[in-house]
Amino acid sequence: MTPQHIPALEVLPASESSGPQLDRRDFLKLLGGGVLVCLVPSAAMPQESGRTFGGHELPKEISAWLHIAADSRVTVFTGKVEVGQNIRTSLAQSVAEELRVAFDSITMVMGDTDLVPWDAGTFGSRTTPTMTPILRAMAAAARELLVEMAARRWNVAAATLTAADGKIVHAQGARSLTYGELTRGEKLVKIVTAQEALTPAREWKIAGTPVPKVGARDFVTGRHKFPSDIVRPGMLYGAILRPEGFNALLESLDSAAAEKLPGVQVIREGNFVGVVAPDDYTAHHALAAIDARWKVPPQPSNQGLFDYLKSHPESGENDAPLHVAGSVAQAMDTAPIKMEEQYTVQYIAHAPLEPRAAVAEWQNGKLTVWTGTQRPFGVRDQLMEEFHLASHQVRVIQPDMGSGYGGKHTGDPALEAAHLAKVAGKPVKLVWTRQEEFTWAYFRPAGLMEIRAAADHNGKLIAWEHHNYNSGPSALTTPYTVPNQLVQYHPSQSPLRQGSYRALAATANNFAREAHMDRLAHAAGIDPLEFRLKNLDETRLRAVLQAAADKFGWGHVPSTPERGFGIACGTDKGGYVATCAAVEIGDGGKQVRIRRVVQAWESGAIVNPDGLRNQLAGSMIQAIGGALFEQIRFANGRILNPHFAEYRVPRFSDMPEIEIVLVNRKDLPSAGAGEIGIIGLAPAVANALFAATGMRLSHMPMTPHGYLPSPPS
Amino acid sequence: MAHYLLHINGASLHVAAPSDETLLSVLRNRLDLTGAKYGCGEGQCGACTVLIDGVPTRSCLIPVSAVGGAKIVTIEGLGQDGQLTPVQQAFVEEGALQCGYCTSGMVLRATALLRETPQPGHEQIVHAMDGNLCRCGTYPRIVAAVQLAARLQARAVPPEGARR
Ligand code: FES
Ligand code: FES
Repeated sequence: MTPQHIPALEVLPASESSGPQLDRRDFLKLLGGGVLVCLVPSAAMPQESGRTFGGHELPKEISAWLHIAADSRVTVFTGKVEVGQNIRTSLAQSVAEELRVAFDSITMVMGDTDLVPWDAGTFGSRTTPTMTPILRAMAAAARELLVEMAARRWNVAAATLTAADGKIVHAQGARSLTYGELTRGEKLVKIVTAQEALTPAREWKIAGTPVPKVGARDFVTGRHKFPSDIVRPGMLYGAILRPEGFNALLESLDSAAAEKLPGVQVIREGNFVGVVAPDDYTAHHALAAIDARWKVPPQPSNQGLFDYLKSHPESGENDAPLHVAGSVAQAMDTAPIKMEEQYTVQYIAHAPLEPRAAVAEWQNGKLTVWTGTQRPFGVRDQLMEEFHLASHQVRVIQPDMGSGYGGKHTGDPALEAAHLAKVAGKPVKLVWTRQEEFTWAYFRPAGLMEIRAAADHNGKLIAWEHHNYNSGPSALTTPYTVPNQLVQYHPSQSPLRQGSYRALAATANNFAREAHMDRLAHAAGIDPLEFRLKNLDETRLRAVLQAAADKFGWGHVPSTPERGFGIACGTDKGGYVATCAAVEIGDGGKQVRIRRVVQAWESGAIVNPDGLRNQLAGSMIQAIGGALFEQIRFANGRILNPHFAEYRVPRFSDMPEIEIVLVNRKDLPSAGAGEIGIIGLAPAVANALFAATGMRLSHMPMTPHGYLPSPPS
Repeated sequence: MAHYLLHINGASLHVAAPSDETLLSVLRNRLDLTGAKYGCGEGQCGACTVLIDGVPTRSCLIPVSAVGGAKIVTIEGLGQDGQLTPVQQAFVEEGALQCGYCTSGMVLRATALLRETPQPGHEQIVHAMDGNLCRCGTYPRIVAAVQLAARLQARAVPPEGARR
């Protein structure tokens, strides 16, 4: 595709260049001179070649764009968001690599629906495998374009030119021009497809290195503005009246006392009741002054939860098995080693340290919302639907937020703040309390896993049947080689609102599978590592399993009643993980401490080893909570432990010694690494607990009361 | 509404607030000092930590009326002339953050620890920091950052005998 010259455009005066009134059209003008590279998926490639984009909306199918300014600064626009997983840094590394510029000449603009191309959201470990190649292709195309421009300018063959350090260089440095100089302030647009030749990982100089987190300084000085830190001129503070329980009906409401407080407005739209006030203190006092009566219907509780999930299938769902091979029933009939067991996981909360928050502002019919979400465009859609607005009338801005772990996909506070702001006629800030966060967000699904499996005399698996009720189908199929299989997911009617959580159901399914593998290994009288290797043909998983075992010194020291060792592995979304854990049993057999964890990891070519280690260690620590003590307790539509005092999450004192082994496969494409590092710990710990105590704990959390059950006498 | 004169980060600031409003709310919502974070409002997470006369304090638990005469330091008041303190520097160097929401509380808690115990051992760090939550699980790096800060600090302040 040849670049197209577009007519020079007026640059907006600075006074109009910021603030919520800015839309994408203005923004493109603001970019000023330079090169704008847009990437479209090849199928959607526009056919006409004379198309210009100056002053017009770019086509919808564009998935990213990149701008090189006259001063050589590079700005990259993507709908992905930074939530602590470090993609603001790792994406910029990949762009710098392909563009041959210094890392710090790149600015990433992320998660602002007026400025960036549409994106489904940041979840499912998709950024590295999908967005990284897109940005790299764009950067490579931009580099090629600059080479062509220089070749024309100097009237030499493009092959005699190289791109390095933000310059196009001719004949080993005889002459050179910076990228900015080359564009001469002209406006050039180039549309490319994702088919550029990319620099192989073996030749990476910036990607693949431990570049420190971008903007770390702003976090350690408190300068970074999180969503809940945003302030707008004339802003009011909001608070929402929450029902006494789920599915409650408002029977009566007396808000007279609240309305007497200075500056307070009570806003009611059906069951939605909120207040706004000049300050946060008054808003919450006003809320407390409202006398509301609710009728809460009787609802299920943790008691009997798993029977409930099994007996309440989601109707109308496809109930076909995920995978069938041979006949499990026949194989089970004659097998010498058989094992059948139920495993459970409870609902848990994401509990991001920054609760959900939003600031909403209406101006001349346009709604702008600053909010913490993993799906800015999804939230924009919700707002468009709720308020009957067109896409250009809603802007969602996502400042780098206090994380989400899969818990911030929906726009609840954005909708609430927008309602309040609309009626109040002023910008409104809404920050959920910790109790609201624990109650009115959604949860990681609870689930029941039923596994029956069999092995032959040699310890070869011959049958595997795995049913998952409610928690989900992720990593449900076994990575082991088994001739007879039946694997099925059964969606249930969940008594609690549930949704995504880091690694989804891979944690639950891997916990059940790897604990079951351990049982079979013991029944067969084979070392758990050997048993796994015997049944595993998947070479990438074998490699991490062996790497973790070697580093851990697996098999060197036998378990004792005071110290047990366990091993587990698993794979999903292109990540391969193996985990060895050492647990210590103290206090006369009651206390569990995870003392040491070795985790080996492989997800293709490593983009940033430091960021990767940070993610893996964080995953393992977060996994301790779900493995040992995190659990939402609920009854009759109420959450019984909506505080950190009652919902225990991992702390410094829970931290084991952690060792990470990275397997760098430069020959393989990079996969995401923010999620799957969480799935190895729980089964490794369960298996270590068995090795020490002889007890099989088949439920997550394993020690909900903080101590081990007494062994059966 | 009562009127208070607060000494924050070396400045004296007038603020009007109800006497039982928390210091955290006053800092964040009336003074636009948003470095102290709301994480729970119940003393459970340490995201709201500030130093009051050098003592790490949960600003979500203390009413504004109780801090009138005290010297308050928030994350915005650490470091001078754009220079990071050794603790801040160490957090950057060790990459001791992911989302960074716990960071200001962690930095202040660690700052107080190192004032009391310039060379803390692993156990001392864990014990001192245990009330501060990091949901991203960056604990090992925070411990490493505190250890690095201790070394940076020791380098910055020459031992007594070396000073004239
Ligand atoms: S907000 Fe103060 S301890 Fe959590
Ligand atoms: S870095 Fe996210 S809570 Fe600590």
